[in-house]
Parts: sequence; structure tokens; C-alpha cells
Amino acid sequence: MITIKMKNVAGDFAENKDIAKDIRINKLLPALEKEEDVTFDFDGVSGATQSFIHALISDALRKHPDTVYDKVFFKNANEDIQKIITIVYRYMQESM
Amino acid sequence: MRIYFSNQGNLRYFGHFVQRLDFDNPNKLEIVTDERWVNVHPAHLVLTAALANKVGKENSEIISNVPESARYLDRMGLYNFVKTPSPFGSYERKDPSGRFIPITIIKNSSGQSHFITEMVPLLHLGENDASTIKYIIGELVRNVLEHAYADSGAIVAAQYFKNTNRISLAICDAGIGLWKGLKIWHPRTDEDAIQLALTPGISGTTRKEGGTSENAGAGLFFIKSIAKTTRNNFAIYSGDAAYVLKKTRPDQKKPKLKANPFEDSCVRETGLARFDGTLVAVDISLDTTVEFKQMLDMIGNVYEAAIHERKERKYREPNFI
Repeated sequence: MITIKMKNVAGDFAENKDIAKDIRINKLLPALEKEEDVTFDFDGVSGATQSFIHALISDALRKHPDTVYDKVFFKNANEDIQKIITIVYRYMQESM
Repeated sequence: MRIYFSNQGNLRYFGHFVQRLDFDNPNKLEIVTDERWVNVHPAHLVLTAALANKVGKENSEIISNVPESARYLDRMGLYNFVKTPSPFGSYERKDPSGRFIPITIIKNSSGQSHFITEMVPLLHLGENDASTIKYIIGELVRNVLEHAYADSGAIVAAQYFKNTNRISLAICDAGIGLWKGLKIWHPRTDEDAIQLALTPGISGTTRKEGGTSENAGAGLFFIKSIAKTTRNNFAIYSGDAAYVLKKTRPDQKKPKLKANPFEDSCVRETGLARFDGTLVAVDISLDTTVEFKQMLDMIGNVYEAAIHERKERKYREPNFI
């Protein structure tokens, strides 16, 4: 299982999509291919943009629909971040 | 090109501002101000800076006698973009803390992150307000960096108005504009392109529902929706068209979000001076009682419904005979 401390990589406000892309390509997708659990820990992160969350997880939702819902976890996400993650989860499922 | 700064800086008069733009001579920029009083929105400043950047400082000037209130143009940094020297000489500039963000150019994502961090203390924002403003700046700047192909980057400015407890902000680029950016959707006109840009789930990078791994076509829809739920103005100008979302008055019912921006109460302008770039401006009232998370709920529901409706339209029906 891998845990990614989002504050350390994305800062207090997660908006930099280059960072989201880097996490997706180098950590999230390889872990899902090995069916490993991935936890995104948002402790200390005050907010995130929809673009950031989309760049982080939409590809995993599309490419690993059989594993992503059981293997990816979001820890310490505040209500705003939870809402944005939920929006991305919902519209990605709606669009597939 | 000629820009006129009047005494009507409020975003609801944005249509008047763009109607008076004259871009006939593309190699020179002349700025004219009202003789008695100048009142500008950050939208006016960032557009002027973008055009001045394009033609060069040596070809940009303020040609009228400016009134004392034009000192604001100096504070916001406009004189850095024109050859005209500031008539206000050296004076003690007010500490910008808690008041405004002067015209700033952002050229890459690290510059964007730095700007967002620096901006919050400058505007003295509370936690909920900071989330909203950081969100808006984050999405708008990213749009420019990814889709505008503007060598001069994103030009941003913001102002806090104490009497109305409101923040006005604007971002402009001299890039390819919305029509070219959305050409995979075959917009016929610049007005069509604005409509597409504000529709949830429409991205310039793909026609696939859900977008690509990088883009979902949600950014501008979210920003317009934030302005609507907080009962504020929102404006966008690209090509020869502009769109101004009208403010929902406090005595009117709770604003209802629409997937089609032209169903909102709005003013649409066409046949304007052609601007090869994109300008977005928004006002945010800090008095609003709408929590950011409530806004997200409303926005998420409309976004999802819009995708659902488009998908249903794509379903092939069986042939019953």
C-alpha cells in the first residue's frame, strides 16, 4: 500500500496540474496495475481545484474501473475537497 | 487601437466599455480617459496591459490629460506598460496589503502557485473567501497556460472594494482566443465559442464525454456558476463577442444554475472590435452567505445532468415498425 502526503507534493492549495499528472503517472496508475491500495492524505491541504482532482484521478477511473473504487482512498480531505472529488467521480461514471 | 477609460468601472457596464474599443490601427495603442473622473475595473486594466504588451511599450501611450483619480492607474501598475511617464511623480504609495493586486504577469505553473500563495495575505481574506478566490484564480490562470498559447502569459489584476465588501478580479491573455481553442466543436461565430466555453463538459482538447486525462471542460462553467450563486457579475470577451452574466438581485429568488449560459440572465454583444485573445472578469461578494461546499453541490449536480442529457441524446433508438 502506498500513501501520498498531498501537502508535501501539492502544497496548501492543490491547483498545479503538472504535479497531479506526475502523481498519476508515476504513483497511482502503476500501483493500480499491481492492484495495490493507494491513499491520498490531504492533511494540511485547504482546497483543491476540479482541474487538479480531474488530472489526478480521472484516468484511473477510466482505465481501472474494476479496481479503482476499492483500491483508492482519500484521507483527511476537508468537506470542500471531498465535494470536488465526488463531483469528478460522479461525472466520470456518468460519462463512461 | 484605442481604449477609453470612463467613469463607469462596474462590471455591469462592461458592454459599454467593449463597444467603445477601436482596434483599427493594430500597431499602436492609445488610451484616453474621462477628463473628470476615472473608474476602472481590473478587466479594463488587464486588457489594456495585454494589448500594450502586444504592440510594445514604445507604441503604447495615454494621450489624454488624466484627472487626479487616474492615480489609481499608477498604483495598479498600468504606467509600467506604456511609454507615457506617470504624472503623479514620486509619492508614498499606499501599502497594497488588504487592497489590491496590481497588474501581474504569470508565465508558468510555478508562477501561478507562487501568485496564489502571495495573493491571499494581500487581500486579507477569510478562510471561506480565500477558498473561492484561490479556486477562481487557479482555474483561470491554468486555462490560459494550457489552452491560450499566449507567449506573454496570463495577465491578472484584482481589487478589494471596502464599501461593497467585494473583490473584482480579471485575467486576460493575447493568445489564440476561444474560437480557435474550441475549433473541434466547429463554432460558427465567436459568440458560439463563448457559449461552448461556458457549457459544462465542453473541452477544446476532446469531444469525448468526461474529457481527457487532463481536461474535463469544467473550468469556466464553475467560475460563471460561482458568480451566479454569489449573485455577482461575470464577463467574458473573445474575438468579436462578449457575454456579461447579470447579477441576481438580493430580492430575487435563489439563483438557479443553467448548463446553457444563454439561458441565464445575460447581455450578449457581437460585432465588437476583434480581440485575438480572451478576457475573463468576475466579481465576488464577501458578504455572501453561500458556503463554498454548497456552491460545489449545486455546480456538481448541473454538470452531471448536462453530461447525462448529452449522452442520452447520443443513444441510438431501436427502430419499431
